[in-house]
Amino acid sequence: MIDGALNILVGLLLLSGAFFCLVASIGLLRLPDLYTRMHAASKAGTVGSGMALVAMAIHSANVGDAARAMAGVIFFILTAPVSAHLLAKAAHDMGYPLWRNSVRDDKKASDEGKDENSH
Amino acid sequence: MSEFGAGFLDQAALIALYMLSASFLLTVLRVIIGPTLPDRILSLDMLVSIVIGFIAVIGIRSGFALYVDIAIALGLVGFLATVAFARFVMMRGHVGDDTKADEIEQERTS
Repeated sequence: MIDGALNILVGLLLLSGAFFCLVASIGLLRLPDLYTRMHAASKAGTVGSGMALVAMAIHSANVGDAARAMAGVIFFILTAPVSAHLLAKAAHDMGYPLWRNSVRDDKKASDEGKDENSH
Repeated sequence: MSEFGAGFLDQAALIALYMLSASFLLTVLRVIIGPTLPDRILSLDMLVSIVIGFIAVIGIRSGFALYVDIAIALGLVGFLATVAFARFVMMRGHVGDDTKADEIEQERTS
């Protein structure tokens, strides 16, 4: 009885994780510029693989495997925003343009403010 | 109940594999069409996280818990690769250089 309920929970987690991955890749393909694509990939992609790993933790038989799977989830949650931020900062500093219909560029404005202060 | 649960898990894992394959193909398409270098780097980062999902589904279907370690190692490699690529984008210089002018023009017109 409890086994069947756990199996159904694991199946639902797998399905929703794969759905999030699919949404992330559609966003990666359809969004207009690097910075919006990064929004889709780093958030939805992390949730997709994280849900699959949580499903593996629930499905695994002993505590050690479950703990390792949860450690993997925590690791991805910690590293995905860091790598996305690094890539976005590098691309923005090197002048890769925003989408032409974008209305604000807060980082550019704050960088110019810093230049004025330093002179 | 427990028989239905086992069958449901089997079917759900199969459907999840199909959905992950579709998202893998879409992401590979973004790697191919670019148009700029950071787009390709971002897509490769996304490929790593999709493959981690694959590994988890395969681990559940086959029952080998050892696949968790492979997933963690792959995540670490993907993170370090993205950091190194970000450094490379920084080192490659500003977009105003000749080498990337056509790349940016393609981005603007697309």
